[in-house]
Amino acid sequence: MSEAREFKYIGQRTIRPDGFDKVTGRAQYGADLNLPGMIWGRTLRSPHAHAKILSIDTSKAEAHPDVFAVVTFKDFGSVEGESINAGEGAADVLDLARNCLADDKVLYHGHAIAAVAARTERVADDALALIEVKYEVLSPVLDVEDAMKDGAPILHEDMFTQGYEETPSSPSNIATRLEMKMGDIEAGFAEADVIVEREFRTPTAHQGYIEPHACTARYDEDGQSLVWCCTQGHFDVRTSTAKLLHIDLSKLKVVASEIGGGFGGKTVVYQEPVALALSRKSGRPVKMVMNRDEVFMATGPTSAAKLKAKVGAKKDGTITAMQGWMAYEAGAFKGSPMMPGVMTMFTPYDCGNVQVEGFDVVVNKCKVAAYRAPGAPQAEFAAEMVVNELAEELGMDPIELRLKNAAKEGTQTIYGPKLKTVGLVECLEAARDSDHYKSTLAEGCGRGIAAGFWFNIGGQSSVSINMNTDGTGTIIEGSPDIGGSRASMQMMAAEVLQIEPSRLKPIVADTDSLPYSQGTGGSRVTFATGMAVIEAAEDVVRQLKERAAAIWNVTAEQVDYVDGVAINTAGGEKMTLAEVCEAAEKTGGQISGTGNINARGAGPSFAVHLCDTKVDKETGKVDVVRYTAIQDAGKAIHPSYVEGQLQGGAVQGIGWALNEEYIYNDDGVMENPGFLDYRIPLASDLPMIEAIIVEVPNAFHPYGVRGVGESGIIPPLAAVGWSVGNAIGRKVEELPCSPPRVLSLIQNG
Amino acid sequence: MVSVVYEAPDLIEGAVNLLAKSDIPAHVLAGGTDLIIQTNNSSDAERLIVDVKKIAGMTDANLTDAALELGPSMSCASFTERDDIKAVYPGLVEAAYLIGSTQVQGRASVGGNLCNSSPAADTIPALIANGAQCVIAGPNGERTVPVEEFVTGVGQNCMEKGELLKQITVPRPAANTSDAYLRFIPRTEMDIAVAGAGVSVTLDDTGTCTAARVAIGAVAPTALLVPEAADALVGSKLDEAALQAAADAASAASNPITDRRGTVEYRRQVVGVLVKRAASIAAERAKEG
Amino acid sequence: MSKTHVTTSINGEPVEFLCDPGDTLLDVLRNDLQMTGTKEGCGSGDCGACSVTMNGRLVCSCLVLGVEAEGAEIGTIEGIGSNDGLHVIQEKFLEHAALQCGVCTPGLIVSTKALLEENPNPTEEEARYYLAGNLCRCTGYDKIIRAVLDAAETMREGA
Repeated sequence: MSEAREFKYIGQRTIRPDGFDKVTGRAQYGADLNLPGMIWGRTLRSPHAHAKILSIDTSKAEAHPDVFAVVTFKDFGSVEGESINAGEGAADVLDLARNCLADDKVLYHGHAIAAVAARTERVADDALALIEVKYEVLSPVLDVEDAMKDGAPILHEDMFTQGYEETPSSPSNIATRLEMKMGDIEAGFAEADVIVEREFRTPTAHQGYIEPHACTARYDEDGQSLVWCCTQGHFDVRTSTAKLLHIDLSKLKVVASEIGGGFGGKTVVYQEPVALALSRKSGRPVKMVMNRDEVFMATGPTSAAKLKAKVGAKKDGTITAMQGWMAYEAGAFKGSPMMPGVMTMFTPYDCGNVQVEGFDVVVNKCKVAAYRAPGAPQAEFAAEMVVNELAEELGMDPIELRLKNAAKEGTQTIYGPKLKTVGLVECLEAARDSDHYKSTLAEGCGRGIAAGFWFNIGGQSSVSINMNTDGTGTIIEGSPDIGGSRASMQMMAAEVLQIEPSRLKPIVADTDSLPYSQGTGGSRVTFATGMAVIEAAEDVVRQLKERAAAIWNVTAEQVDYVDGVAINTAGGEKMTLAEVCEAAEKTGGQISGTGNINARGAGPSFAVHLCDTKVDKETGKVDVVRYTAIQDAGKAIHPSYVEGQLQGGAVQGIGWALNEEYIYNDDGVMENPGFLDYRIPLASDLPMIEAIIVEVPNAFHPYGVRGVGESGIIPPLAAVGWSVGNAIGRKVEELPCSPPRVLSLIQNG
Repeated sequence: MVSVVYEAPDLIEGAVNLLAKSDIPAHVLAGGTDLIIQTNNSSDAERLIVDVKKIAGMTDANLTDAALELGPSMSCASFTERDDIKAVYPGLVEAAYLIGSTQVQGRASVGGNLCNSSPAADTIPALIANGAQCVIAGPNGERTVPVEEFVTGVGQNCMEKGELLKQITVPRPAANTSDAYLRFIPRTEMDIAVAGAGVSVTLDDTGTCTAARVAIGAVAPTALLVPEAADALVGSKLDEAALQAAADAASAASNPITDRRGTVEYRRQVVGVLVKRAASIAAERAKEG
Repeated sequence: MSKTHVTTSINGEPVEFLCDPGDTLLDVLRNDLQMTGTKEGCGSGDCGACSVTMNGRLVCSCLVLGVEAEGAEIGTIEGIGSNDGLHVIQEKFLEHAALQCGVCTPGLIVSTKALLEENPNPTEEEARYYLAGNLCRCTGYDKIIRAVLDAAETMREGA
């Protein structure tokens, strides 16, 4: 998109089309489907963080009169290690299978071992106690430092560190080492007048969606198998489940229910293949719903990380070198988001001398999954903290320092391409000019600022728009609507068709009804699925013109389409969209547009956040008193839902920075698997979150859209962390800033 | 196979009889906010649930010239709405108000909080600070126990099989007396106390403290009455030195553990801070009263 | 195992059901009565997704036994709004985009209704504390609180 344009519907604050169902309780989520004859599945989980499974005896459970099936890893048959597209990025099928049901080893507290299907949920739960498992308990490895040590207990004897010129000959807990660099890092630091260097730690943090994972599965021999589940990507659930159960994709229909939050955590399968295996064995539909403690113990949080950051600058504030090091916990199986951490760490800065090294490390904790801008918050936390300290050392305003070094169009990234048009400068200027930044900081408070960068992705989206004879239509998309995206789809189609958005009904179709669509992740839906919607709507317009042309006996080129009306430029006749649709029977059949695309050109979204905190110096308790989130949306299709993404991301980041963390005992048992002690922010913990939308259009989207879902979780870690340090006159190096840690920092420095 | 028997007697005697004669594990159901979670996670194959909320008096409160006679199962929501009670025992009402969310308030009760006997129970230090007594009905009649002697350990109390907490009696405070309860939690709501402090002070006309009771919670297996902290306040005008001495006495008396909610060192410090702050608030209230 | 017969009232309509005495009201609503508008987020009273009213009090239905519904009046999300249209609170939630995924929304609407019946003119702080037991992970609460305060104002004007 090259110039600003007027929109008829884009940019309005419409009522979302799925809203009525959601405020009345009619919307059906993962746990809301009951089928005739349905039974309940429950999962036996490991009490140990690391152990060999010597034997599993399921005979007593199987003998229970109300138990219909018991499954273990063996029920997956032979599983080969191969890479498949499973959610956000590739996954190894064998790892996936062994995470759904442990093979010969349990690798974390809560690791699934077997599952039982019984008449009621309660009976299934009771029957778990009848399964006898013999373990040889092994020493657990609980953090990256221990895991990387020579002589550490090894989780996987067949894992050898990738990423060195020569692959080592002995197994290691380091799955991958990655280095990216550009310029001359040493020369860069040699040029610097001021150098700041620190080490940081961030905790394991969970997405914390309110809806637990849930599914209902029904296996049918005739190829009509069904999985109903809450997922961000039902096509990927189909791929993974079909692969583990060795069935053709066409024989499994996956229906995406409404989804009660995901944030990346509902991109991989846990129960779905198990429920279908139980159904296959029992001959009945099986429902499985996780308890909250299972969600925390056994689904993917994001990586705890250890990081180092070093920056150097000249006296005038020109940054001359940036260096980073990070080790990310992957959990039980390889695949932390270390790589995006390496890629994003210093991308907000236009610096020619950059070097970052990262390690993907397995430990005896649950396998991590994607979490909103996976990998970026940890890495950029470290980077933004040292940049703030650099500003302090230089005596510069932290926004001015950033403006002086801000990445912009043409800035070389460490991961290859140069940036296209981006809005970091505009976000920084908006921050500088905001009421918040101009306000005087109250006595005893601290202020923090931080920037954030996330790539966003495009990818495959498939859309059909079926027009009805009354001129209304159905938008059929394959992207689960996790935060109101149906409204955006409706508005973009309405913009092309020039009809009221309410005349279009967006639905999320099952895997039988559309070609493959990538999941909802990477902030891709409004961008990529939106592009597919626009393409499908343009296809409808093309057909409308052809049909009107046929009626008027002119060529399609002679038909204009303006404001929802086809106009014969040769004869002057007009037909509304509804009239053309009504006549479709006579002009060749019904009208249906398609847009099956692999979208390129996702536009990065930069964010800048401001945070004021007040700290109780006697207890270390932190109160966020003012917060502003600024972000480049490219073009805000539905401003309310864009603001919602900024605010929601900010608050998840605030939670991560203040109180959220996984707490393990020395045996690797998670001690806080519930909302009582895994403390996500409450309404009473927060002020209003001021949201400022910046719009620097993405040239690769017809309306200028960038994804907005993820960047907002990146800046809060450093914005809050710096703010707290500023309030107490100390340097925060470890998150969360929980009261005991802050009090200790106040008292001991 | 788990089998649950539910009974809702309408007389104390009926409840006592059910509890005394049960040959399966028996539990008293008040608001259920602890019990239902505990029994959901329980491996007891059979259990008896005795819902006591149908019994007259169990869910009411009566404020007389002599005392507050509190039905142990009265929901915190009902209790905290009673302005007459709040005027006399603001700290106790605050403590009840701090238990859980609005939803939990709709069910949870002071008696339930007491009988659950958690070290972190919010109402227990506030009850102790007010010199409250537990009236316990049992197969052998009634007995009365001071709250500070009721709880005997983590999740344990002095009630024997067949006994039921029938009433909590809180004596009317002396003139120029008031109380306060503070707890520390990481968030603003929804957490279990990391430390808690209930303080009652009596002032004379000159603002000198003539009597005090200080109780602390979540820093030992049971809530503790700390006479040393009270002694530090008595005779003072609650100046900074006296408050700090009380805080130090409370920290010294505490015997906390490190767990997912706090460390030994942290709890020791913070309980002192809470005593200091609660004593100041109670004193302000006593002056206003 | 024998089930207990319970006679109750849900959203003003008489309802009878049989339940295991150990089942929670939430289990009964969702699994026996197919009233799945009430959601389960934690099963321990920590998230508020299962909020209902019982004899006018806001409670977590996961912390109430089904048998306790005997003779009680239960109010659920299914009883808010009518064929004539949405309740003001529901309208304001939609207008303010106060939901993203929507799974916490039924609980929040039930809680907001209880709040505004108790306190028709809450301050922002009062609303935030009253609703502290209703976790929302998507919105950061900003738009929820705006919707609640706007609904309160609209309801006061209409009263």
